[in-house]
Amino acid sequence: MHKALKRYSPIFVLPTLLAFIIGFIVPFAQGLYLSFCKFTTVDNAKWVGFANYNVILKDASFLNSFKFTILFAVVSIILINVIAFGLALLLTKELRGTNIFRTVFFMPNLIGGIVLGYIWQILINCILSLASKPLLALNSSAGYWGLIILMCWQQIGYMMIIYIAGLQNVPSDLVEAAEIDGANAWDVLWKIKLPMVMSSVTICVFLTLTNSFKLFDQNLALTGGDPNHSTEMLALNIYQTFYARAGALFKGYGQAKAVIFCILVIAISMLQLKLTKSKEVQQ
Amino acid sequence: MKNVKKLLALGLAVTMTASMLTGCGSSNEGAADADTNAKTDAEATDAEATDASADDKTASAEGGSVYYLNFKPEQDPQWQELAAKYTEETGVDVTVVTAASGEYETTLMSEMGKSGAPTMFQVNGPVGLANWKDYCYDLKDSAIYGELTSEDFALKDGDAVAGIAYVIESYGLITNKTLLEKAGYTIDDIKSFADLKKVAEDITARKDELGFAAFTSAGMDGSSDWRFKTHLANLPIYFEYQADGIGTTKEIKGTYLDNYRDIWNLYINNSTCDPAELAAKTGDDSRNEFLASQAVFFQNGSWEYGNLTADGTFTDDDLAMIPIYIGVGDEANQGLCTGTENYWCVNKEADEADIQATLDFMNWCVTSEEGTKAMGEDMGFVIPFKNAVESQNLFVKQDKELTAEGKTPVSWNFPTMPSEEWKNGVGQALTAYAADETDDNWEAVRSAFVDGWKTEYELTSQE
Repeated sequence: MHKALKRYSPIFVLPTLLAFIIGFIVPFAQGLYLSFCKFTTVDNAKWVGFANYNVILKDASFLNSFKFTILFAVVSIILINVIAFGLALLLTKELRGTNIFRTVFFMPNLIGGIVLGYIWQILINCILSLASKPLLALNSSAGYWGLIILMCWQQIGYMMIIYIAGLQNVPSDLVEAAEIDGANAWDVLWKIKLPMVMSSVTICVFLTLTNSFKLFDQNLALTGGDPNHSTEMLALNIYQTFYARAGALFKGYGQAKAVIFCILVIAISMLQLKLTKSKEVQQ
Repeated sequence: MKNVKKLLALGLAVTMTASMLTGCGSSNEGAADADTNAKTDAEATDAEATDASADDKTASAEGGSVYYLNFKPEQDPQWQELAAKYTEETGVDVTVVTAASGEYETTLMSEMGKSGAPTMFQVNGPVGLANWKDYCYDLKDSAIYGELTSEDFALKDGDAVAGIAYVIESYGLITNKTLLEKAGYTIDDIKSFADLKKVAEDITARKDELGFAAFTSAGMDGSSDWRFKTHLANLPIYFEYQADGIGTTKEIKGTYLDNYRDIWNLYINNSTCDPAELAAKTGDDSRNEFLASQAVFFQNGSWEYGNLTADGTFTDDDLAMIPIYIGVGDEANQGLCTGTENYWCVNKEADEADIQATLDFMNWCVTSEEGTKAMGEDMGFVIPFKNAVESQNLFVKQDKELTAEGKTPVSWNFPTMPSEEWKNGVGQALTAYAADETDDNWEAVRSAFVDGWKTEYELTSQE
């Protein structure tokens, strides 16, 4: 059985591996190469070395989007995870109707990013105009909070499901033993449940982190970067670099930004994974 | 049971393979598929693009073939018909693929990178040309160049002719003559900015009594703001170019920005909604207000004719298009804003046979009976060629009348605007000014207009 597995495993892995190479590795390598070039179409690229990188590291709009994205990521990660965990705690108690609540809280996640962005744009503009405040197109703080609210609304259900699964795997005898030893609910939460669900925390924080950094659809639909690129996140900034101006230069800049963006997200996620994985407790 | 399982597995495998292989058909099938699937569905056009370009390789075996990447989704069905007719007549393969609205540059970029690249595409003017000039075949000696009614309609790159305009459009203030008469005025009363201001402000003063406003909402969301950051901005730029005797510039002076402010004030303070709400108003909102007779004036172009007359809401007697006066120049002899942002280009990198086939196709489109009829009537284009047919579009006819009366059309200078970024900057500033009409906010508009122009030109002209 093991011999057969060893012999035939390459064949079974091959289709997916092929798809991964064609769909991911090749474009990635191509992008890396193109970030050192000046080009309009990918065939006619002229090598320029580090020129692109020199320009974009001084690009004010890139740094601004970076700051905005970090701000957004920090707040949204904390909010989403805390609220999702709280809801998960509530919905793992023996109450009536927890299934319905779980389903309802999860449903916002099923709506695609662009549609969500446009609907929330209409909603937020309506509220802003009733409150006689400037509309989204002129209001960067409304844009920021609108994005946060949108992401929370969309992601909390998803993270909640993961936390529920994690909480359900906490062995009940451990909890009972702790309660017999005199632990109150607060202690049980911090000393028993949280260490046990650390693997779920790793996953959820990783997902929210990468989602916040890669956010594009909702950003484009809700604010489009208005006013004047102040609510533009990194992915949208890269997209705008590509298409907002004509000329062979800008495609190279956009590509270089994309490479830096990729390295950034990988670095931050690796850091986060190391931190939270070290806190995981084996059962 | 084992046999059933085996049969099921075999059946599934066959279905999977069959569904994968339906994508590979002959190129004729590809064109026919494109015909039946011709909706402005982004996914469908993406799939068509990959199908068509893969099939084009097999078709260009001998004789040359044409692959046209069309810009205007509204005319896709007509292009498919025309291409099929040409193939019937001459036996040359013509594939027309339409990019989804707003996706032309991205689609063109990806198609050009493939081996079966488009042989015929379009650019929007000098700015678009900057992207594609290395791919533009010199059309100086081609037959179609000889068919142009004027040198102005050729897009030059030095001495070479990089592009040829294929549709001329006009825009101005579309007016509901019936409502205007209810307010007690006629078109002849509006011959200058001062007149326009008087009429508009009078209508606004009597808005409650009349039941309608002067202007439709000047929406500043993505679907509508191009009317003001591009089309309306064209007027101060045109007059500055006229005054200085130039056709383009690296540093715009903004000589007539005060007039721009005046007309913008007129639009936003005499409209159907509060200026602060403009950030969220769309192009559809504006058009619907006009269709519902809630306003007299609607700034837009000849392409709107179909939308306004389609379901019989308006007839030719109800509508007119008047020039946009901003209080500069010889207003008595000012015509509609007429020009083009669509130039045909031929792909220099294609095979000789394909280039020749494309040139023949282009020439056929603008000289043959079927071609000119399709472009003129079915597509509603005004084509700047000697054999063009008469248009049925009221606004186009008005432009011809005004020009015949000796009025000078205002040329389209927005192809010389440095970049999308510049337009967005101006649009942002206009929206902020509309929400709070202070002098400081107008200074921001001036800065976006003048300083932004210089910065964007410098950025985009680095090689």
